[in-house]
Amino acid sequence: MEAPAVATELYVLLSAVLFILGALGVLLRRNAILVFMSVELMLNAANLALVAFARQWGNGGGHLMVFFVMTVAAAEVAVGLALIVAIYRTKKSIDIDLLHRFKD
Amino acid sequence: MILNEWVFVGLFFLLGPVLLVVPIALSKWLAPKRPTPIKQDAYECGAEPVGLAWKQFRAEYYIFALVFLVFDVELVFMFPWALAYNKLGLFALFEMVIFVLLLVVALVYTWRKGALEWS
Amino acid sequence: MFTVPSLSDLNLAATLPATLLALGASVLLVLDLFVPKGRKALTAWLALAVLGVSLIVALLSLGDVVDLGTGEGAFFGLYIADSFTDAVSVIVLVTAMLGVAVAYNYLERTGMQRGEYYVLLLFSALGAMLMGAAGDLVTVFVALELLSIPLYILSGFRWRDEGSEESALKYFILGAFASGFLVYGIALIYGATGTTAFGGIWAATRDLLAADAATKYVLLLGAGMVLAGLGFKVAAVPFHMWTPDVYQGAPTSVVAYMSVAAKVGGFAALVRVLAWGLPDFVLSGQSAAAWQSTVWLIAALTMILGNVVAVAQNNLKRLLAYSSIAHAGYILIAVAAMGTAGVANEAARAVVIYLMAYAFTNVGAFAVIVAVERDDGGHTDIDNVRGLAKEQPVLAASMAVFMLSLAGVPLTAGFVGKWFVFKAGLAADLVPVTVIGVLTSAISAYYYLRVIWFMYFEEGEGKAQIAWPLAWGISVAAIGTLILGFFPYLLSDMARGIALAFGG
Repeated sequence: MEAPAVATELYVLLSAVLFILGALGVLLRRNAILVFMSVELMLNAANLALVAFARQWGNGGGHLMVFFVMTVAAAEVAVGLALIVAIYRTKKSIDIDLLHRFKD
Repeated sequence: MILNEWVFVGLFFLLGPVLLVVPIALSKWLAPKRPTPIKQDAYECGAEPVGLAWKQFRAEYYIFALVFLVFDVELVFMFPWALAYNKLGLFALFEMVIFVLLLVVALVYTWRKGALEWS
Repeated sequence: MFTVPSLSDLNLAATLPATLLALGASVLLVLDLFVPKGRKALTAWLALAVLGVSLIVALLSLGDVVDLGTGEGAFFGLYIADSFTDAVSVIVLVTAMLGVAVAYNYLERTGMQRGEYYVLLLFSALGAMLMGAAGDLVTVFVALELLSIPLYILSGFRWRDEGSEESALKYFILGAFASGFLVYGIALIYGATGTTAFGGIWAATRDLLAADAATKYVLLLGAGMVLAGLGFKVAAVPFHMWTPDVYQGAPTSVVAYMSVAAKVGGFAALVRVLAWGLPDFVLSGQSAAAWQSTVWLIAALTMILGNVVAVAQNNLKRLLAYSSIAHAGYILIAVAAMGTAGVANEAARAVVIYLMAYAFTNVGAFAVIVAVERDDGGHTDIDNVRGLAKEQPVLAASMAVFMLSLAGVPLTAGFVGKWFVFKAGLAADLVPVTVIGVLTSAISAYYYLRVIWFMYFEEGEGKAQIAWPLAWGISVAAIGTLILGFFPYLLSDMARGIALAFGG
């Protein structure tokens, strides 16, 4: 039995929902790790949209972009976690509300 | 017709919570409760747990995890390469040699920095 | 029909400046492991040598006039080697060389001397260069991250210091957030046009508009999100919040480099995306590209906010951070001007000219702060330059040159940049925003001149630490600022060959 074809619009709608959830997570969450996970959610929402569009257009451009997004996201994770660990060692906390040394 | 397929999805959403809630409720209701300190311990494959789970792990774990992560994800480029290799021939080989050489540079750096040693 | 590519299709020769830099940075990463701790001067020199070789190659090909339609593509169109690429490369490489010169002593005396600094700087310079060479949205994304990720690390280079760590984390989180917008925008543009190559996007836009499909709103949204992602990099309002905090917390030598490099990269990519991919994206009933009104609105807000808030600053690094926001606004006038048919090439040249002038001036200004700063990272307030003219007359004179250039006083590079940008704005009939540019420049004169006043007419100890690589860097920056101011045709000559827009 052939799988039912889901319309591209639905995939893009789902990816938009995920992207907005991710963006809200970045804006509302206070824990650096969770903020960070929200960013990953945004990137992966974009990946979903790219793959859906790639199926629609029937070319590989979207898949190619997804590969790069994945690898770059991994590099970002490595740097981000290192920064979070460093901050935790000095501050004993990763609450981003504590990042307020600088003021006008 | 496509609507029929969605009926299954609807059923799934309806039945899912039921199948989840019913066994838990049954076990709450039927099972006898005689807690002892040993029973209430966190389960760690039979060994007695020591201390809290919220302790700092050694930094080595973390560095290994990062190194693994980066090298692991780079593999993503090798799968399509392997699939297209027959068509692309020497050109693809040359490209992959460059790519692997770059990874080797990173590996040499990690190695010399001592990140691969468990000190 | 699929044909097996051969090595010559890559056209490696056209990418020589970038390829050499990539190769040099990779080799330096390994070589540095064998340089003993006390002799990192060797790494610094090697980094300078790599940048120098790349700069010479870029300068040699600068004179070639390459039309974009037939522009030499490399890596199957992912890399474009035209005059714009070469001009951006030259700016980035000059900035990076000054960045190395500024950093060496500073790292030594603050105990941050590690070889990775120079390697990361090379990689981020490569990222900025590739953004100018992008022929495809994939290149834009990868290059943006190659530019940004080393900068996140460099901002936190003084680790164990709370300020530096904080600025790194802030920069990182907001930067990653902005990349999210960029990637989603790319996804939407791809969804609307079916390609990520600029040439393809340009062609698809015409079909899309001719068919009057609703898909054009997907493209509009995608373009907006890409604009937001890149707007963050160049510190345009409302994506500027990170700038003052990051500039204040990060090591000053890093800020000297990144304040220019990140801007050059961001604007180079903006020019590529807007002037090449979407110049003909004109919605019905309008005479200019759909993104033009948004861009000039952002430009106006950026100039106003940057200049007004800068007036109240007492920390020099923070003051220059707001000034750098303001300068992003001036350049955005030229970017907005690219939306009017026929002005695009002139405006793209104005962007390049402004960035070249800005590179010398801004790196120089931060280099002076590096000299004034104490080893613990403090002593960067405007009070700390009191009496500098008496103790360090040459240093104070250089700072005065940089401040005058940032304010846009004639006979300095900054004036030339502003001149071309405003001219492009007027050519595109963007009169209101150009007027705002001129008025806010007048406001900016207040806080730039205030620094000069403190140096020359206030009493103070005016202490500074200058060793020769730093002195060399400041002199080159100051002389560069003056020469470009006295001989503006050097700048317009450099940009002469730039032809970006189709039929522009």
